[in-house]
Amino acid sequence: MAPNPVESSSLEEQIGQWRNFLRRRQAIHTVDIAELEDHLREQVAGLVEGGLASDEAFLIAVKRMGSLDALSREFAREHSERLWKQLVMPPPESGAADSARRSDAVVAFGCAIAAGLAVKLPELFGLNPDANASFYFRNVPFFVLPLVTGYFAWKRRIGRASILWLTIVFVAAAVLVNFYSFTPKGSTEMLAAVHLPIALLLVTGVAYAGSRWREVAGRMDFIRFAGELFIYYVLIALGGGVLTAFLTMIFKTIGIDAEPFVQGWLPSCVAGSVLVAAWLVEAKQSVIENMAPVLTRLFTPLFAAVLVTFLGAMLWTGGGVNIERNMLMAFDGLLLMVLALLVYSISARDSGTPAGPFDAVQLVLLVSALLADAVALWAIAARISEWGFTPNRVAVLGVNLILLVNLAWSTVLYLRFVRQRGVFATLERWQTDYLPVYAAWAAIVVVVFPPLFGFA
Amino acid sequence: MDINKDLMAASSTPLVLAILAEGDSYGYAILKRVKDLSGGHIEWTDGMLYPVLHRLERLGHVEARWEVPESGRRRKYYQVTAQGKAQLADEHRQWQAVDATLRGVWHAIAAAAQPTASLSPQGA
Repeated sequence: MAPNPVESSSLEEQIGQWRNFLRRRQAIHTVDIAELEDHLREQVAGLVEGGLASDEAFLIAVKRMGSLDALSREFAREHSERLWKQLVMPPPESGAADSARRSDAVVAFGCAIAAGLAVKLPELFGLNPDANASFYFRNVPFFVLPLVTGYFAWKRRIGRASILWLTIVFVAAAVLVNFYSFTPKGSTEMLAAVHLPIALLLVTGVAYAGSRWREVAGRMDFIRFAGELFIYYVLIALGGGVLTAFLTMIFKTIGIDAEPFVQGWLPSCVAGSVLVAAWLVEAKQSVIENMAPVLTRLFTPLFAAVLVTFLGAMLWTGGGVNIERNMLMAFDGLLLMVLALLVYSISARDSGTPAGPFDAVQLVLLVSALLADAVALWAIAARISEWGFTPNRVAVLGVNLILLVNLAWSTVLYLRFVRQRGVFATLERWQTDYLPVYAAWAAIVVVVFPPLFGFA
Repeated sequence: MDINKDLMAASSTPLVLAILAEGDSYGYAILKRVKDLSGGHIEWTDGMLYPVLHRLERLGHVEARWEVPESGRRRKYYQVTAQGKAQLADEHRQWQAVDATLRGVWHAIAAAAQPTASLSPQGA
């Protein structure tokens, strides 16, 4: 009996569907699916030969194969390692993807080595790290971020116009911080050095998101990337610390002092590992769950509890806050932390899910942080005219206001969402739209502050 | 007659190894052979055979290779290794021992049941 063409095409469709179901099972790999599919097809062919229609045969064959849950449980029992997502040694896939992965790794490690050498480059021109500490301090981002940007420009195949534009920004920034006549050890120099990486990091974000920089999703991806990058960087730094400790210890036992070597190359490793971390985050993004949202889940309730207790204690003692010069800096840190908790819980959220108990905790955190900061700002506003406007104070106050505005509006949007008056996507959009504000403020501190305050 | 799960699981290794010792084979054909040999009493859920084959492969009892038969579809063939044959011989001895023991007991029960039935009138 020749197979009916209509029937056989619908059979192909059904088998395709069944294959897709299997693909979602982590414990069953592509090669296993091919093996099972061969089995299914032979079973169907046998049943059709016995007189069944192909769709009936398909149903029976699928049933005999066993339930997907039971099947994937059995596979998982045999291949338990498959439930631990493997990053460094991924399961064999097709050759094209494999070579793409390899060239990605080669470029990333090439950039990492380049970053390590870039740190050493100024020494060739007689700029000793000990004697020219302020030069190195000002130029930290230029050892790393251009290479990160370059890596993503290569990876995302960014157009020439964008590359030109990015290059101009980096060169302009480098010229500016190196030709401003800062007072040695002045606060404008310190502020510029601290704010420059923030401004340039967002420039890197443009390269990271590529053509998607104008979209909410593109910027959100960059936010996720930055969070994971930080976590991976910390992990790599811990590993590096252990390695150098062992290195110095074991060489000491044979009478060799490795200390100068370690001291000499440590900055290069610190710079290079940023690139390695960036590559890891990229390579693992679809393989391993993001860590930042997990940490957010853990710490949001704890921070909320601490802040509520703080507010309660402040009311109880009734004494108000003790105003010191560094106090506002501490509150900047607090707002930044709360913002990070908010942003990374947003980044992991499916915007379709309705409000739940975690959202209530998040709101408590937001409101209590706002109250605490409002108290601090109130206290400091009364004294600031007395103290005068130094560059440091203006910078700290500026950051506080920027974060306060963001969190205040976020709270409003969050409240609307929880009371079902608004959708979660607006909160997401607000956060991604706000990204350029940080960059703009950081750029102002770098570019405008020094001349404004006479390079003090 | 349903054979219980533990017994199925215990017999799967020697059964698969023995079928492969007859000649290289693949999943569907192995299942068919099991069904024929058992007269339909042993019927595995089809999918469950594959984890068993993969376990035997991991242990080094069988080797797998992909071939393209005339049907044109890639198919994974399994072949028993020397180690697998040794394992089969070992399993064979174990099953014989279990079988002999059970046989002895079945006989004893049967023997005990019959004499009591016929002797009881005498003893009374």
